[in-house]
Amino acid sequence: MATTKKKTTAAAKNAGAKLKNFATAPINKSLSKDEKIDLYRMIVGIRRFEERSLRAYNQGKIGGFLHLYIGQEAVAAGIVSLMEKDDHIITAYRDHGHALAVGMSMNECMAEMYGKHTGCSKGKGGSMHFFAPDKNYWGGHGIVAGQTPLGAGLAFALKYKGSKGCAMAFLGDGAVNQGSFMETLNLASLWNIPVVFVIENNGYSMGTSLKRSSAEENLAHRADGFDMEWEVCNGHDVFEVREVANRAMIRAREEHKPFLLEIRTYRYRGHSVADANHEKYRTKEEIEEYKRTKDPVNVVKQHLLSDGTLTEELAKKIDQEKKDEAEASAKFADESPVAPRSEIQTDVYWEVDNDSEGELKGTYFFND
Amino acid sequence: MPLITYREAIKQALDEEIQRDENVCIMGEEVAQYNGAYKVTEGLWAKYGDKRLIDTPISEAAFSGLAIGASMLGIRPVVEMMFMSFSYVAIDQLFNNGSFCRYMSGGLMNVPIVVRGPANGGTSVGATHSHTPENMVANHPGLKAVCPSNAYDAKGLMKAAIRDNDPVFVMENTLLYGEKWEVPDEEYIVELGVANILKEGTDLTIVSHGRCAMLSLQAAKTLEETHGISVEVVDLRSIRPLDEETILSSVRKTHRALLVEENKPFCGVDAQISHIIQLKAFDDLDAPIRRVSAIDAPNFYSKELEDWQLPNEERIIEGALKAIA
Repeated sequence: MATTKKKTTAAAKNAGAKLKNFATAPINKSLSKDEKIDLYRMIVGIRRFEERSLRAYNQGKIGGFLHLYIGQEAVAAGIVSLMEKDDHIITAYRDHGHALAVGMSMNECMAEMYGKHTGCSKGKGGSMHFFAPDKNYWGGHGIVAGQTPLGAGLAFALKYKGSKGCAMAFLGDGAVNQGSFMETLNLASLWNIPVVFVIENNGYSMGTSLKRSSAEENLAHRADGFDMEWEVCNGHDVFEVREVANRAMIRAREEHKPFLLEIRTYRYRGHSVADANHEKYRTKEEIEEYKRTKDPVNVVKQHLLSDGTLTEELAKKIDQEKKDEAEASAKFADESPVAPRSEIQTDVYWEVDNDSEGELKGTYFFND
Repeated sequence: MPLITYREAIKQALDEEIQRDENVCIMGEEVAQYNGAYKVTEGLWAKYGDKRLIDTPISEAAFSGLAIGASMLGIRPVVEMMFMSFSYVAIDQLFNNGSFCRYMSGGLMNVPIVVRGPANGGTSVGATHSHTPENMVANHPGLKAVCPSNAYDAKGLMKAAIRDNDPVFVMENTLLYGEKWEVPDEEYIVELGVANILKEGTDLTIVSHGRCAMLSLQAAKTLEETHGISVEVVDLRSIRPLDEETILSSVRKTHRALLVEENKPFCGVDAQISHIIQLKAFDDLDAPIRRVSAIDAPNFYSKELEDWQLPNEERIIEGALKAIA
């Protein structure tokens, strides 16, 4: 039987209608001019960083996989801008946007992708595994949906310790069919854990469209099966993201209740850069149409131009600054050394790393 | 000294650590209101309540991952697997996130969780419930693997595991839960990575862990009485970290080694021990290293055959006589 808990989705409300101006919602209206410019700066920064890392990848400077966040920038930027000091965040492998949004530097992120010692994980994690616990950012996780129980665990710890915060656990639409995610939804709801699951629904799990992978395409509806509140919104407008996510976060913090937020977004590039087929499993027109009408950089820019926060000159200046910063990060990464070989066996065991007294004599952690 | 069961010893460890540290909590299937499927946590829920003793749904992946996430913020969850075999349902959480988060973050975090539960065959429950994954755990740098063979060690190692800042798997044994050993009233810790010489001897070294160490001790006594062979029995206690020094110094003394484990032989723990001995004590050996492991097949259901499949006193004695020949 249907419950009455469902909410009308923001996305549905706006379908076909003139876009609501979310910039005037109270949570956005309260932003100072500088804070709005910071949002723009962050969204542009992520875009320019990703573009620069793509170039580096194509130059052979970055190994492994590179999952670009281009097209989804407003989601991470918007949600992280709402985080308070006791809030925590965790995400999957498309993690650069979230990392920059929490305040990690382009240098440490780019250097990590270059596999350098100056990277945020000393070159041990790579593109998919950025971490900054000092900024409440718990990664950067490579296995689809594997981070979702960890996110619930962060929230569990907050509640256990009597903290006021909430945990933001991001996942993609490709993660919703993993058992670990569904198990976690159940646990979170059963135990009333202050976690907000954010599905960044970009429509494609690698090369498989939502239609071909999920029996119920309204992903947020899955929350109903776990007696959990949910909402759906668009991800191209940072002000819409903020308006909707804010409610979920307040509820998690104040009522210790989980929430499932589905954000409809889009990625311009392939699943990873190695995905040469990204224009084959969807049409070029589809990509171009999104870029033309819903580009997150453009949308925030138009908002800020129209309310007088931003001028074309300032926008251009910020854009140039971010391009320069990204370029400098590539130079920094390129010139940084790789870690010495002795680093291969550090950071494996806390106990070994903290054995300043040499107390481990007679105890062997590593075999030949 | 009081004589208590292996089960009671583990419960005492959990009880004392819950009291000592407010961040220690126990979670798993039936651990609280049901008092534990094997009664290891009996009475703890009544004593400490819902916050510290947490019943979970049958969702190993979710609660293992949740424990790991919580540990990142300083909680010290002790996760009970009703059978260690069930940890296989949570392999991504335990073997990717649990073991590698510290490494992939360049040492920015640590994961202080304990995963505990019985890991043994010999109880006619079929192959799916009879795994001994200590070799698999030890093959994941970042994880620690502990296999207590008696009540004294079970208590002391469990307390060390809970205080450890790395993820520790404690492999218990359902066949030992009801066995009794002397355990002192005073608090003590058994450090991980320090092997125990259960019996000294001069003719042959048996290296073993878990319940097999007790079987080896029994076999050693028989070998001494009926064959006049003096056997030294080394109980590893923990597989990783591994006390190489105790193994090697024993082999250097006896010049012969028999390795006994319930693990399957192919890539089992003793394959590694064997490698270490040949590498570091080659010139001390007077005979090839011998092994007695589970006979290499999934565990047999039928009791009579499973009892033969697993190492038993008869097979250990047979192996010892070959090693000594």
